[in-house]
Amino acid sequence: MPHPFPSNSIGLVSPQTAHFTEPLALDCGRALVAYDLVYESYGTLNADHSNAVLICHALSGDHHVAGYYEDDPTKPGWWDNCIGPGRPIDTGAFFVVCCNNLGGCKGSTGPTAINPETRKPHGPDFPIVTVKDWVRSQARLADRLGIIQWAAIIGGSLGGMQAMQWAITFPDRVRHALVIAAAPRLSAMNIAFNEVARQAILSDPDFHHGHYYEFGVVPRRGLMLARMLGHITYLSDEGMRAKFGRELREGKIDFNFNFDTEFQVESYLRHQGHAFVDRFDANTYLLITKTLDYFDPAADFDQDLSVAFHRALARFLVVSFTSDWRFAPARSREIVQALVRAGREVSYVEIPSEFGHDAFLMPIPLYHDTLRAYLTRVAQEVNAHAA
Amino acid sequence: MRPELELISEWIRPGARVLDLGCGDGALLAYLHQYRQASGYGLEIDTANLVKCIQTGVNVIHADLEAGLADFGDASFDYVIMTQTLQAVKHTEALLDEMLRVGRQGIVTFPNFGFWRCRMQIALQGFMPVVKTLPYQWYDTPNVHLFTLRDFEELCRRKRIDILQRMVLDHAHRPHRGPSWWPNLLGEIALYRLGRA
Repeated sequence: MPHPFPSNSIGLVSPQTAHFTEPLALDCGRALVAYDLVYESYGTLNADHSNAVLICHALSGDHHVAGYYEDDPTKPGWWDNCIGPGRPIDTGAFFVVCCNNLGGCKGSTGPTAINPETRKPHGPDFPIVTVKDWVRSQARLADRLGIIQWAAIIGGSLGGMQAMQWAITFPDRVRHALVIAAAPRLSAMNIAFNEVARQAILSDPDFHHGHYYEFGVVPRRGLMLARMLGHITYLSDEGMRAKFGRELREGKIDFNFNFDTEFQVESYLRHQGHAFVDRFDANTYLLITKTLDYFDPAADFDQDLSVAFHRALARFLVVSFTSDWRFAPARSREIVQALVRAGREVSYVEIPSEFGHDAFLMPIPLYHDTLRAYLTRVAQEVNAHAA
Repeated sequence: MRPELELISEWIRPGARVLDLGCGDGALLAYLHQYRQASGYGLEIDTANLVKCIQTGVNVIHADLEAGLADFGDASFDYVIMTQTLQAVKHTEALLDEMLRVGRQGIVTFPNFGFWRCRMQIALQGFMPVVKTLPYQWYDTPNVHLFTLRDFEELCRRKRIDILQRMVLDHAHRPHRGPSWWPNLLGEIALYRLGRA
């Protein structure tokens, strides 16, 4: 039976696994002897391999960024509205790649993977990986796919941090870096929210110091609380007001005067928390919040981000959203300012939106027009390059 | 291409770094890049213009000029350019100061309110002037400060801004080269290259 996918959807997709046996030295001093990266790709790599685009995912994302799986034809990838034939990231022009990052829980090697030495999941013993480690592992995947230089590397939030790190670590392997709703490093407040999320997980009695797999349980309450807290920081006051107001749940007309779920916003957050527990691993959540906290490319360059960007050769597009208070427009302007001081090519657009940090996943017309305008030029550039 | 932009490009040293305040669709920057190998950025607030700049490959930064140029370092550009924008900003003096802090030189163009057609419309008809360079009615104009060449030069004198070069375009937007008092009457558009010791 044919699936009723929209005409500009990439349609059915399936993940692939790349296995690596050359050890990867990590920033923490340890090494991964062997590891897997699960990835998806859409579109066709051109003859001179110049039209490849890497999508980097954020905290709770994974490699399934666009299209549908055979066994779940109703729910597309997490950025499907932006990727497909004729969409802003046009699979008719680009070969689009996205991998689940190391430390993840969707197939790439991470805490849930079996440690061959102990034959148990790595759990909390899995090394804490950094954005730089991710970028190095993604570079090996690029080598494997025959991609010497990405036409563009695109990411929102933590994904934008990877795009920046790529441009700094591998200057000649990135033509364009699209850094969306990101920050040059986390603020004390960002770290504080991450710490509360971690404490929620760590203090769950079912956490068992991270070895919960062996007890046949998961720290549901902790992970759910962490997600509920995180989710609030992805929204905005005005957006929540517009979406929920003070509405009571369906069917309710009066207060109970107890602690039941009464307001719409409570029921929404609980739903988000519950759904997350079923698809995500608590150790991965802990690990990636630390990856976020540690990200600070300026630290390697005397605390001067513009010195870090001196190395970069890519052209940049930086995008922020007005109501995003997790990584506010001012944080994106810090990135722009450092790029300007470094004399790098950069454009910057601040998109009016009430969706908070989550806006980077929304099909906001000006946002998509901006991406489309930028990437159309990139496509022309690499096709000219191919001729 | 507005003739005004061609004339500006004659003032720009090849390979210069420029910042274009209120860059519109990026036409000047694209021109300077092509004919002067200039690099730099435009600042723009209008979202449709931002997308146009990105479409043509011009580096554009979303910014509100009224907030100043705090994101840019002292003397970080060879030229800071402002075409047909000075009359539409509220903080005229502050922006001129910022221009000459961030740029080694400033280039300003504006519609001359002392142009004879403007004077005629006020003097004879008693209406606020509506001319090619000032096409708006008084109630829907984005312009908040209207001024003449003499007004501008008086401000420069008071602010100790050096006028390095001046050119005016007449009603046909050709460069006008007449006696020194004529420009304020015959010039419809004024171009200035500015510096500060």
